[in-house]
Amino acid sequence: MAESATHDAHVTSTGLSNVKLGMWLFLGSECLLFGGLISTYMLYRGRVSNGPTPEQIYDIPFTSVSSFVLLMSSLTMVLAVSAAHNKDDRGTNLWLSVTALLGATFVGGQVYEFTAFYNEGLGFTTSLFGSSFYTLTGFHGVHVTVGIIMLMALVAINKRSKVPGSKSETVEMIGLYWHFVDIVWIIIFTLVYLIPV
Amino acid sequence: MAIIERPAPGSTVPALTPAPPAITPARTYGALRRPVATTGWKSWLFTVDHKKLGLMYGATALFFFIVGGLEAVLIRLQLAAPGGKVLNADLYNQMFTMHATTMVFLFVMPMAAGFANYFVPLQIGARDVAFPRINAFGFWCLLAGGIVVNLAWFLGGAADGGWFMYAPNSGPVFSPSHGVDFWTLGLQIAGIASLTGAINLIVTVLNMRAPGMTLMKMPIFTWMITVVQFLLLFAIPVITVALFLLTFQRSFGAQFFDVAAGADPLLWQHLFWIFGHPEVYVLILPSFGIISEVLPVFSRKPLFGYPFVVFSGAAIGFVGWGVWAHHMFASGLGPVSVAVFSLATMAIAVPTGVKIINWTLTMWGGKLVFTTAMKFAIGLVVLFTIGGLSGVTHSVAPSDTQQTDTYYIVAHFHYVLFGGAIFGIFSGFYYWWPKMFGKMLNERLGSWNFWLMVIGMNMTFGPMHILGLQGQPRRMYQWTEARAGEGFFNLAFWNLIASVGSLILTVGIGLFLINIVVTARSKVRAPLDPWNARSLEWMTSNPPKEHNFDSIPHVHHLDEFFHRKYEEDPTTHTMREVATAEEVLAELERNADKHIHMPSPSYWPLVLASGMPVVALGIIYSIPVAIVGGLIMLYALYGWALEPATAPESDFDSTSNNGHAVGASHG
Repeated sequence: MAESATHDAHVTSTGLSNVKLGMWLFLGSECLLFGGLISTYMLYRGRVSNGPTPEQIYDIPFTSVSSFVLLMSSLTMVLAVSAAHNKDDRGTNLWLSVTALLGATFVGGQVYEFTAFYNEGLGFTTSLFGSSFYTLTGFHGVHVTVGIIMLMALVAINKRSKVPGSKSETVEMIGLYWHFVDIVWIIIFTLVYLIPV
Repeated sequence: MAIIERPAPGSTVPALTPAPPAITPARTYGALRRPVATTGWKSWLFTVDHKKLGLMYGATALFFFIVGGLEAVLIRLQLAAPGGKVLNADLYNQMFTMHATTMVFLFVMPMAAGFANYFVPLQIGARDVAFPRINAFGFWCLLAGGIVVNLAWFLGGAADGGWFMYAPNSGPVFSPSHGVDFWTLGLQIAGIASLTGAINLIVTVLNMRAPGMTLMKMPIFTWMITVVQFLLLFAIPVITVALFLLTFQRSFGAQFFDVAAGADPLLWQHLFWIFGHPEVYVLILPSFGIISEVLPVFSRKPLFGYPFVVFSGAAIGFVGWGVWAHHMFASGLGPVSVAVFSLATMAIAVPTGVKIINWTLTMWGGKLVFTTAMKFAIGLVVLFTIGGLSGVTHSVAPSDTQQTDTYYIVAHFHYVLFGGAIFGIFSGFYYWWPKMFGKMLNERLGSWNFWLMVIGMNMTFGPMHILGLQGQPRRMYQWTEARAGEGFFNLAFWNLIASVGSLILTVGIGLFLINIVVTARSKVRAPLDPWNARSLEWMTSNPPKEHNFDSIPHVHHLDEFFHRKYEEDPTTHTMREVATAEEVLAELERNADKHIHMPSPSYWPLVLASGMPVVALGIIYSIPVAIVGGLIMLYALYGWALEPATAPESDFDSTSNNGHAVGASHG
């Protein structure tokens, strides 16, 4: 991950490393991506054609639990970053793995939820509500999955001690991404599940 | 080669000897060893050098410029006379769609990206961009995207919904061919190039400036490019969403733009123009930056009101987000929205006007040197002003509603994009050619090139104002004698003039291509500082060395290079020359850094990007193919993640000073 154009690139004009600045910019861009998807959902959530309405299919307690699991994964991510800063390799690997596991639990919950909704009659092509719901939450799910892959890859590489560049910074970068994806879920959970149509 | 060793200062050996090439890489990253070629096609294919990538962007853009230009000529031939028979209706739709798509996404954007790649690191005194491999990846994505979009010509017909691709016309019912699929997926891939490029260049500008170069000492071209990258950073994800929605509708049966299912076709228009209007400034601001470099150099004066040019550029960047709905005045937004967007559109004319005044006052009282670069820059100021004024007429919503979808709109945006963006790009060609290739473009041919383009452009697009106000609609593949009207405003006459103009334009641009060939064959080398230039990129050899600067300059002034050559005489308050460009350069060389580690070439950007068109074709034709593409990308990411950007010295077999390889046995 860590890239630098010159040998002494850690001396930068802003003091922030290139990777960190780049990650922040990328996350800024991602805000607009989710902004567009959320807008589409908000426009279409009431247009259900002959399919089920949001009230009919949402299982708020279940999604609340899986949201809680995802939020807890941010905590374990913080512990991983902290362990990496303290050069605690075992702790880093442990907390990264736990974060990945919690993330995987969330994605598993999403897969279960999608299956349940589908069985209740809400397909991707059923209605505008269906198309925009699956697109928005699906994009978020893909982001979590990418995060899990990054976490597991980092653990695997770390175990072979092959992380190029600064290890603690790499952990921190994945952490930034992970927290961002979590925050997006808080917004999605509020707008999609909690606010009635 | 990654590591450039240099002898100690004062040594008699020539100061700049790159390490001997073709050393075997010792380590394997994800099954492939590092590429090591420093010459030949491999050195281009796997390069991460911002200058090589800049040239590759430029060459690709120039190719697509020719393609898009030929499409335009076919359109004008079709419309030259009533009842045109050159193209049928279907082909005509594809032609204008692909003309705009090609010119916007595959010519002006990548050409600006090319200039930015080449000159931003040089202008800020850096040796490369922040993320060299991502930079290479971006270029390959652009090329892949361009190929995918154009592949449709050979696979059942290109996209035919206009470059704005309005719903529901873009849906599977009204656009049954695969053209729109290729278009959405191709632009999606090209969008990755813009997004990664934006992140890369912003980080480069914010983080890698030479010591002493504060933001307000940055060359103005770098400033404008930075504004553009912020626009791209936030605009690209919006079009990404729109393109995804359209792909999901066309390929997977989603209903986003299916009016029968209750969809709102305005959703597409909003998403498209929230991207599309900032995009307009993405197209024009790089050219504003170029001529803001060219005008001071050939006026022999500093840029008038540098902070105003900077902040008006930034203001355009901000206000550019609040004007998108002026593309939608005819869609029934309601009076409040229309009034707000009208006012915002009028407001954005102010910073643009500020720039024009600054350029004019830069030339005022200067010792003007009418080189071809200067002529194109002045051409931009004049022609863009005309286009800008017709743009202000669009901010008046009642008038705009009359002009919507007529040739008046076509006239307007060709004045700002051809007269603006493309004239700026040509100014950049003539100005920076000696820097990029070490040879000057022929000025005599350049003069012909310029005048034919000015005449051709005004003949082509000037009459379109009349055609539009007379009511000739856009995107109609034929016009008829019966509706042509009489007298001065006869459509037949002005359509013919426009078509003749487009041929003159073609000859003008053809002369530029001839000029490239003539220049390439010429043996005359350009002088080190042919224009008596002002900014850091000229404080390097022509073309620059791989590592750009022998020693990173310390910056004290805006126009640092100028201030190293000239000093103010305290008695007469005039500038007098204190050093030649050669002396300034020699000074840098004397203090050359001993160890310069440049980023190393890599296979992974190309491999990663090559997976993308496979995924695209898979989505269109067969999902298993898409999975194969995905696997290619995963493999590339794996190798990428394990490979350090800058190869450690242990990564290569070392060679001793007498050229004798010593490390091969234990490699």
